[in-house]
Amino acid sequence: MQTYFKYLKPFWVTMTVGLIIKFAGTIFDLLIPVMLKIIIDDIVPTKNVAQIYIYGGVMVVCSILAVVGNIVANRMASRVASESTRKLRHDLFVKTLRLSCSQTDKFTIPSLESRLTSDTYNVHQFTGMMQRMGVRAPILLVGGLILTCILDPVLTLVLAAMLPVLGVSVFYIARKSVPLYRKQQSATDDMVRTVRENIGGIRVIKALSKTDFEKRRFSGVNAALMRREEVAGRVVSATNPLMNFFLYVGLTVVIVIGGYRVNVGLSQPGTIISFMSYFNYILNALLSVSRMFTVYSRCSASMGRIEEVLESKEELRVVTPADEGYDGAVVENAPHISFESVKFSYNGKKDNLKDVSFALQKGQTLGIIGATGSGKTTLISLLLRFYDPDSGTIRIDGRDIRTIPREALYAKFGVALQSDFLFSDTIRENVRFGRGVTDDEIAEAVEYAQASEFISEKEGGEDFMLAIKGANLSGGQKQRLLISRALAGHPDILILDDSSSALDYKTDSNLRAAIAQGFSSSTKIIIAQRVSSIMSADMILVMDGGAVIAAGTDSELRSTCEIYREIAESQMGGAILD
Amino acid sequence: MTDGGKNAASVGAAVKKHKFAVFFRIFKYMFAYKWLVLIAFVIMVASNALSLAGPYLSGKAIKAIEPGPGAVDIDTMLFFCAWMAICYALSSALSYILSITMIHLSRSIVAKMRQEVFDKLMRLPVGFFDRNQTGDIISRISYDIDTINASISTDFLQICTSIITIVVSLIMMLIISPLLVLVFVITIPMSILFTRYKSKKIQPLFRRRSAKLGELNGYTEEILSGHRTIKAYNRESTMIDRFDGHNDETVEAYYNADYQGAMIGPTVNFINNLSLSFISMFGGVLYLYQMIHLDAISTFILYSRRFSGPINEMANIISELHSAASAAERVFRLLDTEEEPADAPNAVALERVRGDVDVENVRFSYDPEREILHGISFAAPAGKTIAIVGPTGSGKTTIINLLMRFYDQDSGRILLDGRESLSITRESLVKAYTMVLQDTWLFGGTIAENIAYGKEGATREEVVAAAKAAMIDDYIESLPDGYDTVITEDGVNLSKGQKQLLTIARAMLPTCSILILDEATSNVDSRTEIKIQSAMAKLMNGKTSLVIAHRLSTVRDADMILVVRDGNIIEHGTHDELLKSRGFYASLYNSQFN
Repeated sequence: MQTYFKYLKPFWVTMTVGLIIKFAGTIFDLLIPVMLKIIIDDIVPTKNVAQIYIYGGVMVVCSILAVVGNIVANRMASRVASESTRKLRHDLFVKTLRLSCSQTDKFTIPSLESRLTSDTYNVHQFTGMMQRMGVRAPILLVGGLILTCILDPVLTLVLAAMLPVLGVSVFYIARKSVPLYRKQQSATDDMVRTVRENIGGIRVIKALSKTDFEKRRFSGVNAALMRREEVAGRVVSATNPLMNFFLYVGLTVVIVIGGYRVNVGLSQPGTIISFMSYFNYILNALLSVSRMFTVYSRCSASMGRIEEVLESKEELRVVTPADEGYDGAVVENAPHISFESVKFSYNGKKDNLKDVSFALQKGQTLGIIGATGSGKTTLISLLLRFYDPDSGTIRIDGRDIRTIPREALYAKFGVALQSDFLFSDTIRENVRFGRGVTDDEIAEAVEYAQASEFISEKEGGEDFMLAIKGANLSGGQKQRLLISRALAGHPDILILDDSSSALDYKTDSNLRAAIAQGFSSSTKIIIAQRVSSIMSADMILVMDGGAVIAAGTDSELRSTCEIYREIAESQMGGAILD
Repeated sequence: MTDGGKNAASVGAAVKKHKFAVFFRIFKYMFAYKWLVLIAFVIMVASNALSLAGPYLSGKAIKAIEPGPGAVDIDTMLFFCAWMAICYALSSALSYILSITMIHLSRSIVAKMRQEVFDKLMRLPVGFFDRNQTGDIISRISYDIDTINASISTDFLQICTSIITIVVSLIMMLIISPLLVLVFVITIPMSILFTRYKSKKIQPLFRRRSAKLGELNGYTEEILSGHRTIKAYNRESTMIDRFDGHNDETVEAYYNADYQGAMIGPTVNFINNLSLSFISMFGGVLYLYQMIHLDAISTFILYSRRFSGPINEMANIISELHSAASAAERVFRLLDTEEEPADAPNAVALERVRGDVDVENVRFSYDPEREILHGISFAAPAGKTIAIVGPTGSGKTTIINLLMRFYDQDSGRILLDGRESLSITRESLVKAYTMVLQDTWLFGGTIAENIAYGKEGATREEVVAAAKAAMIDDYIESLPDGYDTVITEDGVNLSKGQKQLLTIARAMLPTCSILILDEATSNVDSRTEIKIQSAMAKLMNGKTSLVIAHRLSTVRDADMILVVRDGNIIEHGTHDELLKSRGFYASLYNSQFN
């Protein structure tokens, strides 16, 4: 919850002003029963009708002041709640995007999603409520106690004796419910994950007629969530009955003792009557407090989940001279890209990359080929600094990539990854992807990527709206948009990870020709399954089991590398002889 | 009345009717638990009656005190106070039991709703998910249903309690002093008018609040799925700007609803204070004319507080009800979405499918203005392998979508074993096919569970055999937990090729007569592909196979190759025939050597 207060701090002026207004409004609220007592006890006996009306009029004025003050203060509170939540959600999103890939994998996307929405929503709710009730309730409580104290200190003591008992029980319940809410929240994550998974796999599920199976699977998750909700609900809902019980028992004792005191002449019946009317304020105040505690428990559980993300250590920081092991040395006359004995493992158990080294000059093309799971994509992920190598160094222009500022590093790349990402916007915006790329450059990139033909057939051309995840495009069309995105803006380094697999041969070969011609100054890294996609590369790496087992040009490899020859022949050898 | 006015009036009536329909539907859910509701109701009446007896008893006790010093009737006072304590204790105990009952009730209803939404999702046509953001759907099944839940568990109770309290208090006040009750003739209509006026204003604001939260969820989902791409382009700041746009709208929608809502509580409180002022004035005057006792005034005030309390609460409840109604609307709209057409009444469940597929002059469009398939016809006799090739976007996958009835054709017929597919039960139709798609899908579970997914009750041996045939066994065994390795998040750290091999292994398990391979090995390297060729051959053996592939080497051996271009079949024949004819296929084929 510490972070929470940090977000409220900038609003302390507004909050203080709101609090003062609320305070004033509440005081006017409290004056009303005071007037009531004066009318009944002091004025009525004097039989002065005019005075009764005057005091009645004052009550009406107080009511008006109270309503105005409360509305103004409530609105200010809403403002503060909205603004602080806006900031919190913004920061959380920023942090979420800055998480490293392995951190994202650990949190899981549905959980991050619900932290950004449901959890911040809970916090929003609490912030508003806290200000609306959190001020009013204590004032009513303290004010009520002071007024009763003025009326009759002894009777007040009886009531006040109940407060510690109440406080302890409310506190205990709140403390117990926070972990319960957290568990409930993570059960919600499970439920959401199941739904999300099913939406993603709906075609497969239908094709395998597994819908009944999935319904059962969901009902298990659903039941677990329901159990969690019930447990949390049971604990929290004990608050109100407990409060009611303690307070009303207190009130009964007040009447009994009051009765004895009246009997011996220490008090008056009118005092007991007003006492009971203040008692209502105290009761309502306490009920508000208990409701706040309920919302507080939820907020605190949510805030804990938000903090977990906000406070997760920044991984993959840019290494600066202040850091240990900083190697700012820039190798002179270095190749454009170099891998030096790079080793890496995702889980720390099995090496996914074993001692990979290679060097690539500016403008050269590197082709990577190898079996499924041989480490091709891992290699790219390291170059893109999604992960840092366990040992070894990756350099661009002779500089360790860990020392290159993020902006400078990523400005070099144009990338089309396997896991495609298209969003529901126009084709043009999907290609532009928020970069400062001009419309002309986009048109040019689309041309190079062999996408202009199909785009011109779409309604509105580049203004054609994509459906969610590009669902209204075919696989090959999607790939060509992703390639367009990679080409737009002529990157220094162009990375295509198996990104033309859905293209037919003709389009693929046109694409290769276009890239060779238009991107001669870009250094290109192309991962492919088809030998034809990479055979003209300046260097080809053949990978197997995380290691580079051979490197060279197509003709070199054909004579030196058995595996490469096998691949090449399986794909085209026979056909050439036909 | 002008036309505009008329329209506005009828729209208003429609909205009202609609709102009523939403609440009616929620009540229908409650009706399923009518006994529980009844029990809750009884407990609630009892608990309230007991707690309402409080002011009555305290009034009696005070009356006993009233005579003043030395004259207090201690015994009577103690008697009533004891009863007070008992009533309050019982009332508290009952109210806790009531809360628990209501929690159980609301959770049951909510669990049922969630299940219904999920079941509905399973019955919706595939196209629905192409049009609706996953995040928005999730927002409905989580946030919106939660909102309804909050409303059922507290508001329903509050409303009943309030009604009882109001009625009882009113009766008690009438008994005490009908004249003083006249005060409420002024203030109650004020309350009602005010809340009605406000709720009209607030309802659309709450609807917007729900919708915006759903949109925010949708956007978040979309962006988080593209995490890596965003990183690779360092586009975080752009995405943050867009997120801020959604965030602002969400926060603003919340604020606007709150802004109006913030008025309700204080205003109703004001009206109550006004009542109190009037009561004390008139009460004082009445007392002067000896028309009322002091203890009567005090009891009257206690009841009037009781009376106004629920009215005050009502104001809060009204905003919560609005919020619940907007949420329920979104949930019900999803539940009312048109489903996949049900099986025709005379639909037959196919058994022992031979695997003859005939497509006759099929036309289809996703969007009525753009036809994708312009009258396609072909036959896939049982046991034969048919390859479909053609440029991307030419309609290959659409043909598969129609065969599987993910969509239904606009005209023409698709026959399975000579029977029109629309007259076959969907389930038996789908069971005739096994499909391996380019889009691999794995769920959060162990590798073994993922492979066994296609066949209920598959043994571990079968799973391992399938994995071996798909050449993925070695890799699985190299993982620390082998087949029990849990795949998270759609298999994040598996390469796409590995995922494809897993889905191929999955396809090896079920027995069916038609196999669809849509770019099933596009991300598998060709050496592995050769290695799994024999397994694929076994898989295809005796089955009708429909193969979509770009790698022409994989389609060469097909019994027939269909060349699709722009939604038409432009060439068909065997590989050799097509090469000889030197048409489009030949040029596609030769382009790989350029």
